Amino acid sequence: MSALRAAILIAAIMAAWQLLFWWAGETALTSPHETIVYTLQLLASPAFYPHLAETGQAFVVALGIAISCGILIGFSLGLYRFAAEVGEPVLVALYSIPKITLYPIVLLAFGIGMPAKIAFGAIHGIVPVAIFALSAVRNLNPVYAKAARVMRMPAAQIASHVLLPAAVPEIFTGIRIGFSLTLIGTLLGEMFASQRGLGYLLIQAIGLHNVRVIMALTLLLVVIAVSASALLLAVDRRLRGTAAGV
Amino acid sequence: MPGILTPGRVRFALALALVLLLEALCRFGIINRFAMIPPSEILWDLGGILVGGTMWPAIAKTLTNVAIACVSAIVTGVILGTLIHRWRGLRETLDPLFAAYYAIPVYAFYPLFIVIFGLGDVPQVLIGFMLGLVAVIVNTLNGLDRVPRALAKTARIHRLGPVATALHIALPFAAPYIFTGVKLAVAYSFIGVIGAELIMSRTGLGYEIGFAYNNFDNAVMYPLIVLVLAIAGSVNTVFFVWEKKMLARRRR
Repeated sequence: MSALRAAILIAAIMAAWQLLFWWAGETALTSPHETIVYTLQLLASPAFYPHLAETGQAFVVALGIAISCGILIGFSLGLYRFAAEVGEPVLVALYSIPKITLYPIVLLAFGIGMPAKIAFGAIHGIVPVAIFALSAVRNLNPVYAKAARVMRMPAAQIASHVLLPAAVPEIFTGIRIGFSLTLIGTLLGEMFASQRGLGYLLIQAIGLHNVRVIMALTLLLVVIAVSASALLLAVDRRLRGTAAGV
Repeated sequence: MPGILTPGRVRFALALALVLLLEALCRFGIINRFAMIPPSEILWDLGGILVGGTMWPAIAKTLTNVAIACVSAIVTGVILGTLIHRWRGLRETLDPLFAAYYAIPVYAFYPLFIVIFGLGDVPQVLIGFMLGLVAVIVNTLNGLDRVPRALAKTARIHRLGPVATALHIALPFAAPYIFTGVKLAVAYSFIGVIGAELIMSRTGLGYEIGFAYNNFDNAVMYPLIVLVLAIAGSVNTVFFVWEKKMLARRRR
């Protein structure tokens, strides 16, 4: 049933796209068929592969930094009530400001290239991970920590063996949101601070008004982002299901 | 002890310490002048820019576009959310799209919008609108899901039509949930409009920041960055406080 609905949704989007193509014309966008063919051609061409690899590499490192630092920040604030009260509004404020305006500062600090891209991706992803980790730790059932203390577990072990596993479902939701934002951040970083990668290809195609490349890259990014998000969402629901079942 | 050490004061003290640290690092030359100018100079330059008046058109342009994007996202989002809520089939079809929506890098559509609508205000507003819209729809749906059945029945007993039911009963009940969407729409329209301006545009604060950066003009770039963060920060804070007050009143 859900497969049928997904098929209807995709068919509707394709139809709208085709209508838009007929209305706006070839100078504005390419038809679905042409875009898919060109995207496959791009994927097969050896010149395209290094760009994809570059973006992938930057993204993976940025995501690693965002997740590890985000969890660390969220945990250290969440464990202490007062620290959480001080830190949470700051995190929420950081989440809602346009971080893209910080790119000149990132570029001045890191120079043009891989480190700047990674930093830009990481600052986008770190905040949601930290916010969800903080609220995960704060909302934990206090009985868990009490039980562990009664059994005289050392503090580090309580954190790693009791609190972290219990907080995993909610932290994972943060990671899912951080995943998308890190991807956006990495691409934005490449648009401004790079000579390689998908973001660079995109900004270059804008400058040259190369509609075929713009459409193909947009399609590719949307497909990657949506399938990754669907996968993470499925894991997320599963984790929450088991946590509720216990 | 709790009289002096309130979270707000600690937060303020930490922020102040950070600014003073930056000031010292810049003044003693540990941070190069080409990389960053001291915070006191940033504030001084910002004052100069605001008094000089050359930036007001850019500020007005950006704020107008943010406001248009935000208001249209909220109005369209609430209307669409109410409509989608009525048709179960449509909703179940669209749910996967909503779940995956924020994984899509919306800026990837920006070049497409420029090609279709030209390099005016429309592409920037559209990016801000698209970022905010789904947050409002999802939160409207979430709020409407929680309308108690008794309220819906009361509406039917009073023979209210679907529009009157939505306007007088369902939407007011769902208001706090919709407000979460509104808050996100405000933040996202800032992010969308200013981001689009930075990528490519001809006016606006984002454009001016990019322009100053390309000319190594730190005396303009840093004050403008601080201005953008201050405007976005204070608008978001106002909505945050407003929501808290609203929720406090409801609980009574």
